[in-house]
Amino acid sequence: MPKVTIDGHEIEVPKGTTILQAARMIGPEVAPPAMCYYSKLKTSGGYCRTCIVKVTKGSAQNPNPMPKPVASCRTEVMDGMEVANFTSPDLLEARKGVVEFLLINHPLDCPICDQAGECDLQNLGYEHGAAKTRYDFERRTFEKIDIGNKVQLHMTRCILCYRCVKTADQLCSNRVHGVLNRGDVSEISTYIQNAIDNEWSGNVIDVCPVGALTDKTFRFKSRVWFTKPVDAHRDCKTCAGKARIWFKGEEVLRVTGRKDQWGEVQDWICNDCRFEKKKVSDWTIEGPSHIDRHSVIAQNHYELQNLKLDVGRQLNKLAGEAEKNNTNTSTKKATAKK
Amino acid sequence: MEKEVKFSDETLALVHKIMKRYPEGKHKSAIIPILHLAQMEFDGWLSPETMDYVASILRIQPIEVYEVASFYSMFNLKPVGKCLVEVCRTGPCWLLGAEDLVRHIEKKLNIKDGETTADGMFTLKTVECLASCGTAPMMQIGETYHENLTCDKVDQVLNEYRQKGERVTHWDKKHIKAQQ
Amino acid sequence: MGKQLLLDNIHAPGIATLGVYREFGGYKALEKALKMKPEELVDEVKKSGLRGRGGAGFPTGMKWGFLAKPEGVPRHLVCNADESEPGTFKDRYLMERKPHLLIEGMIIGSFALGARTSYIYIRGEMMYVYHILEQAIQDAYDAGLLGENIMGSGYSLDLHVHPGGGAYICGEETALIESLEGKRGNPRIKPPFPAVSGVWNRPTVVNNVETIAAVVPIVNMGGEEYAKIGVGKSTGTKLISACGHINKPGVYEIDLGLPVEEFLYSDNYCGGIRNGNKLKAVVAGGSSVPILPAELFLKTAKGEPRLMSYESLADGGFATGTMLGSGGFIVMDDTASVVKNLWNFTRFYHHESCGQCSPCREGTGWMEKVLYRILDGHGKKEDVDLLWDIQSKIDGKTICPLGDAAAWPVASAIRHFRSEFEEYIKNPGSIKDVKHYYRLHNEKEPAY
Ligand SMILES: Cc1cc2nc3c(=O)[nH]c(=O)nc-3n(C[C@H](O)[C@H](O)[C@H](O)COP(=O)(O)O)c2cc1C
Ligand code: SF4
Ligand code: SF4
Ligand code: SF4
Ligand code: FES
Ligand code: FES
Repeated sequence: MPKVTIDGHEIEVPKGTTILQAARMIGPEVAPPAMCYYSKLKTSGGYCRTCIVKVTKGSAQNPNPMPKPVASCRTEVMDGMEVANFTSPDLLEARKGVVEFLLINHPLDCPICDQAGECDLQNLGYEHGAAKTRYDFERRTFEKIDIGNKVQLHMTRCILCYRCVKTADQLCSNRVHGVLNRGDVSEISTYIQNAIDNEWSGNVIDVCPVGALTDKTFRFKSRVWFTKPVDAHRDCKTCAGKARIWFKGEEVLRVTGRKDQWGEVQDWICNDCRFEKKKVSDWTIEGPSHIDRHSVIAQNHYELQNLKLDVGRQLNKLAGEAEKNNTNTSTKKATAKK
Repeated sequence: MEKEVKFSDETLALVHKIMKRYPEGKHKSAIIPILHLAQMEFDGWLSPETMDYVASILRIQPIEVYEVASFYSMFNLKPVGKCLVEVCRTGPCWLLGAEDLVRHIEKKLNIKDGETTADGMFTLKTVECLASCGTAPMMQIGETYHENLTCDKVDQVLNEYRQKGERVTHWDKKHIKAQQ
Repeated sequence: MGKQLLLDNIHAPGIATLGVYREFGGYKALEKALKMKPEELVDEVKKSGLRGRGGAGFPTGMKWGFLAKPEGVPRHLVCNADESEPGTFKDRYLMERKPHLLIEGMIIGSFALGARTSYIYIRGEMMYVYHILEQAIQDAYDAGLLGENIMGSGYSLDLHVHPGGGAYICGEETALIESLEGKRGNPRIKPPFPAVSGVWNRPTVVNNVETIAAVVPIVNMGGEEYAKIGVGKSTGTKLISACGHINKPGVYEIDLGLPVEEFLYSDNYCGGIRNGNKLKAVVAGGSSVPILPAELFLKTAKGEPRLMSYESLADGGFATGTMLGSGGFIVMDDTASVVKNLWNFTRFYHHESCGQCSPCREGTGWMEKVLYRILDGHGKKEDVDLLWDIQSKIDGKTICPLGDAAAWPVASAIRHFRSEFEEYIKNPGSIKDVKHYYRLHNEKEPAY
C-alpha cells in the first residue's frame, strides 16, 4: 500500500486513493477544502480548484516535485509522495486566488441568502479568502427560476461545481437540467421550462454547496441557526429513510439528508421523505445531530475536539508563515515525519 | 401552422450514413454534423423543436442536445437572417482593419453586431479567428471565405448575396446530392 | 528557400485531385510503408526527431510509442484539424490544396499504430475544406487506398472527417476527444492520458495536421535523412503562417533553424515590414505565446541571433524568450498598440474559455474588463499590478493549458511593455484611435 506524507503527517492508504481522501483520513487539520468533489458522485471534482495542493515529491521512484499545483481530489497518491497543503505559504496564496475567483461574480448577500449558515462557500471565503475584494465591476446576475414546484434555482449563486448535474445523471433517469452556454456565461438550466421530476431529484439540493438550489417547501423560511436539527428515521419503501429534520419549536421546517463531517450526505433520501413528510409523527427521532465544526451553525453547537483541531490548524498556518520569513527552505518542514 | 420538423429523405439518408461512422452504440458522436445539417434544413437556426427532433434521431435526452448546441458558437439558438455575415474580429484581422469593416457593415445595413436587417436578409455576427489571418481582414458567409477585404469589396459581396436572395448556411445544400 | 517537403507542387494545377497527386509521386510513401512492419515505422518517426506541430512540440515518435495496446481493444488515430489559434492558418492551407497528403499520412500513421478506424476532426467553420476532404477520401476509397485490404497489403482502414461546431478549446486534445464523442468541448482532467484512454475510452493518438503530413516525406526519405534538416532537436521543416504588418503574409515552409531576421526581412519570406515601418513586436507562435519586443526577438538576451527553432525561440525562458508554438507568426509595426492587441487576445480567451474551472472562467473575464477600462481612459494606477496578479493566479492552476495561454500574453506584455500601460493610465489622451467598438462579453445570453 502506498505511503504518502501530507503536511508532515504520514499515512498508508489503499492504491487508487486520492490525495484529498488520504488527507481526510489524516484529519481536518490537513484536509484541503473541496467545493466540487463529492465522494458519492463518480467523476466529480477537478473543477473548482480550491483543493489544490503542492506535490513536493512525486514518489519514491520519481522524487521530482510536480511543476504545478494539482487538484488533490483528482490526483492519486503514489508511494513516497510528499504533499504540502497548509504548510506551504505559496499554496495558500494560490488558493486565496481561487477563492477570490469564485467570489468575484458572487453576490455579496449572505444576509438575505437561504443558504447562509450552512454554506460551503461562505465558510470557504471566511477561512481561506482575503478580507477585501478587488473586483469592482458589475457582477453577473440571473433571475430566480422554479424547476418544478419543489426546487428553486438561483443561478446567480451557482459556482458551477457540476454536482447537481452528476447527481441527476447518476441517481435519476432522464436528466432534464444541465450546463448550458460556456465560459463565464455558463449556466445550470433546463433550457425550456421543465420540472426536475424524479423521486430522487431533491438530492440536488443537498449536494449544492451554495444557495443556488434550494428547497421551495422549506416552510416559514428561517435562518438555519434558529432551527434545531435532529436525526430521525422512518420506514420508507424508496430510500433508507435516514434523514435530518429541522425543527423550529415543534414544527418540522424541512427534511434533508444527514451530512457528514465533510458536508456530504451519508444516504440519499427520496423526495417523499424530503418534501412530503413534514409532521413530527412521520418520524422516529434519534437525537440531536452532530454538526460539522466548519459551519456557522456550529457556533451554537461546539464540539471541543473539532475546536482544538481548528486552533491547531491556525497555528500550523502561522508556523508555516513564520518559517518562510526565517529561512528559504520552507519545503523541508513538509517532509518531516510526524 | 408550424412546419413539421422533419429532414428531407436525402438529408435523412446522409444523417444515417454519418451515424454509422462511429462505433456501435456511439452514434451520439454524430450530433455536431447533424446539428449543422439541421441548421441547413431548418432556416439557419436551431429551435427547441429542431433540437428535440435531433434528440429523437440520436435517441438521447433533449437536454444533451441543448447542452451541446449552446456550447458551440456556430449554432444559432435564435432566428437569423438568410445570410449570416460572420466577420473575424480577432487580433491579426483587427491589426489590419477588421474594426473598420464591422463599422462599415453596421452602417450600410443599419444594424448592430448580433442584429438582423428588417427585411430578414442579413445578420451580422463577429466571430473569432477563422484561420485566414494571412488574408486579413476577412469574413465568412455560408461556407465561403471572403478574404483581403476592403469596404468596397464588402459592398460588392453583400450586393451579390442580396441579389441572389437565397438562404446560405455553413453546410451548403449543394453538397447533399453530391454525397449520395 | 529551404526544402519544400510539404508544400512541394502546391501550385500545380489539380494537385488536390488523386490523379495529379499521384503523378507527382503521391501515395509512394504509403506503398513503401505497407511493406514495413508497424514498429519499423514508429522507429523511423523516432529517428526523424519529428516534434508535434500543433503547438506543444512533443516528440511524435515517443507519443506513438506510448500508445497502449491492450488485447482486443480498438485504438484510434485522430487528426487535430481544429486550427483555431489566432495567427495560425497553415493546416487549412495544406488541407485545402493537398488533401491527399494528409490522407496518405493518416493511412501510414494508422497502420503504424494499428488503428482500424481513424478520424480527422476539422473545425466546423472550415466546412468547405470538410467537403474537399470528403471528396478526397471518397476518391481514395474508390482507388483501393482506403477500406478493405489497402493496396493488397491485408491492412484495412476506415477514415472519416468529423466537423466541429465552433470552439477554440476543441483544439485541446482532450476537449477534441469529448467533442468527437458528441459532447460539449470540456477538456478532461488528466490522467488518464489519451494514449491510455482517449476517444470512447480507447487508446488514442491525437496529432496535428502538419505532424501527420510530415510522416509522408519521413517515410519517403527515411527518418535519418529527415533529421539532417534543421538544428539540434529541431529537425525537419516547419510551416510558418506569417501575418500582421508584413509585406508578404502567407504560409512558408522553412528549414528549422532559419535565422529569424532572414525570415522576417528576406523577400523569400515575409519581405520586411509594411510601408518601411519599424518593427515593434512579434508574437512568434500563435496568440498564446509570449510577445517579444523587436530587440529581444531578433537577438537573444545573450546577443546571439535568434533562429526559427524550438530551442532558440525559447532561449531565455519566459523572461526574455518565447515559443515556436504552432508557427503562427504575428508581426506588429510601430503603429500598433500592444495594450490594445492584448485586450483583443484576452477578449478572445475570455470568449473561448469552456468555463469548467474557476480561475480561467472568472479570471479571463476579469482581465478583459481591466484592460478595457485602461483603453477606455479610466485605468487605475494599480491596474497593471492587478493584471499581473490575476494572470499569476490563473497560470498553472487550471485544468487545461487554455488558462496558461490566457495568462502568458498578459504577463509578457506587462514584462516588456509596462511603460505603454502606464502611459495609457497616466495620460489617457495618449491612447490613439480609441474606438472601443466591441462589447464586453458579459451578455447573459449569446446575441445569436
Ligand atoms: C487551448 C488549446 C488549443 C489548441 N489548439 C490546437 C489546434 O487548433 N490544433 C492543433 O493541432 N493542436 C492544438 N492544440 C494542441 C493539442 O492539444 C495537442 O497538443 C496537439 O494536437 C498534439 O498534436 P501534435 O503532437 O502533433 O502537435 C491546442 C492546445 C490547447 C491547450
Ligand atoms: S450562497 Fe453562500 S456565500 Fe453565496 S450568498 Fe448564499 S450564503 Fe453567501
Ligand atoms: S446549482 Fe449548485 S450543485 Fe449545481 S452546479 Fe451550481 S453550485 Fe453546483
Ligand atoms: S482552463 Fe479554461 S478552457 Fe481549460 S478547462 Fe479550465 S475553464 Fe476550460
Ligand atoms: S474539490 Fe478538487 S477541484 Fe473542486
Ligand atoms: S484573425 Fe481573422 S482569420 Fe485569423
